[in-house]
Amino acid sequence: MKEDDVRLTPISNGTVLDHLPIGTALKILKILGLEKPDKAVTVAINTESKHSKTGRKDLVFIEGRELNKGEYDKIGLIAEGATVNIIKDSRVEKKIDAELPEKAHGLFECLNPKCISTVEGLPSRFDLSKRPLKARCWYCEKTMNEQDLFKAIK
Amino acid sequence: MGFSLTDIISINDFSKNDIEFVLKKAEEMEKLPKNKKNSVLADKVIASLFFEPSTRTRLSFETAIQNLGGKVIGFSDAGVSSTKKGETLSDTIINISGYADMIVMRHSVEGAARRASEISPKPVINGGDGANQHPTQTLLDLYTIKKQFGKITGLNIGLLGDLKYGRTVHSLMYALEKFGNVNVYCIAPESLRMPHEIIEEANGSIKVEETAKLNEFLPELDVLYATRIQKERFADEFEYEQIKNVFILGKEILKNTKKGFRIMHPLPRVNEIKPELDKTEAALYFEQSRNGVPVREAILSILKDVKK
Repeated sequence: MKEDDVRLTPISNGTVLDHLPIGTALKILKILGLEKPDKAVTVAINTESKHSKTGRKDLVFIEGRELNKGEYDKIGLIAEGATVNIIKDSRVEKKIDAELPEKAHGLFECLNPKCISTVEGLPSRFDLSKRPLKARCWYCEKTMNEQDLFKAIK
Repeated sequence: MGFSLTDIISINDFSKNDIEFVLKKAEEMEKLPKNKKNSVLADKVIASLFFEPSTRTRLSFETAIQNLGGKVIGFSDAGVSSTKKGETLSDTIINISGYADMIVMRHSVEGAARRASEISPKPVINGGDGANQHPTQTLLDLYTIKKQFGKITGLNIGLLGDLKYGRTVHSLMYALEKFGNVNVYCIAPESLRMPHEIIEEANGSIKVEETAKLNEFLPELDVLYATRIQKERFADEFEYEQIKNVFILGKEILKNTKKGFRIMHPLPRVNEIKPELDKTEAALYFEQSRNGVPVREAILSILKDVKK
């Protein structure tokens, strides 16, 4: 735990999402289904950061839950550059940089009601590109922009 | 270099080499004597699954299959298939790929052909999936241009009509972009302009100009590719009434065009090309429609030995 995080209660087991771009913490709670969590979730928004370019960041502490690969990918989609810290017995066991994946399989649904993946309820397949963030459906070839993606990510 | 695809689903899957491979094969098919051609698909069964009505695409595919000596099974109306009983497309395709050596399909759902290609161990050819793709149309458009002008690069090509929703003109733009060195003139009313992102992607490789005036670039054009303006695309009927006659092509346009100028159209037309143009040298649209047969023969012949 770094010096600038001292105002937050450290967790002993779970996940710490660090270096989240400002404004992404609440979106992340939504996509991880943590709006009404069973255990403690602590959120810091627009907190000071010595290591971030903007000098500010968001932070999320999730007690008792270790995130999986699909969840890192979802975080990479909306908060590229964030760090996922898996905490066990109050120590950082694993540190993963959340990166935008090139492909997204089953992470979110296609918004096109006429797409075969929607019509037949198939697992979605998207090719992703960044700056600007775009997701192209492998089936119907429709492209979703960042705004559509936030709508589509559950 | 050979052909890299195992299914024909989207023009976006093609490299320039793949397109040229098909165009060259189509040229060969036109020259192939009948007695040699009719053994290309000997002992092959081709499923022609038209879940949606089609005239030119289905009949030209089925003509191509017959010309190559293949046998056709299938339907031309989803009402006579198990779809009516609620069977999913996925199940229909798994079943039919057990009977046929190749599947040609048209479906109203976008991405249907891609899904079929994913689950079928046999090659799938997309004959149109809703508003998404119709790759064999684009290939026959390119073949028609190549056959007429001996080249694709260096030409001035006008795209006219509904450029906002028109599937054929979008695919043609993407295909021309792979060739590069083509001047494309997008001629459309304000509300039906070519989507900005398509122009943005294409610009650089090809030069794109936009106008709402048919006459502005007419004297420069080698080809004018006309498309239908559909009334249902307009939110405002008044706007439709105002512009519907602006883009109707008649004999008078030929006073303002260069030698060798040709008009193309994916057909069916409604009133956007007057019949008075049909007998003129400029009318290339019926020839374009006929070219569907050698192009589809080429595709069937290329895919017949593909192992997925």
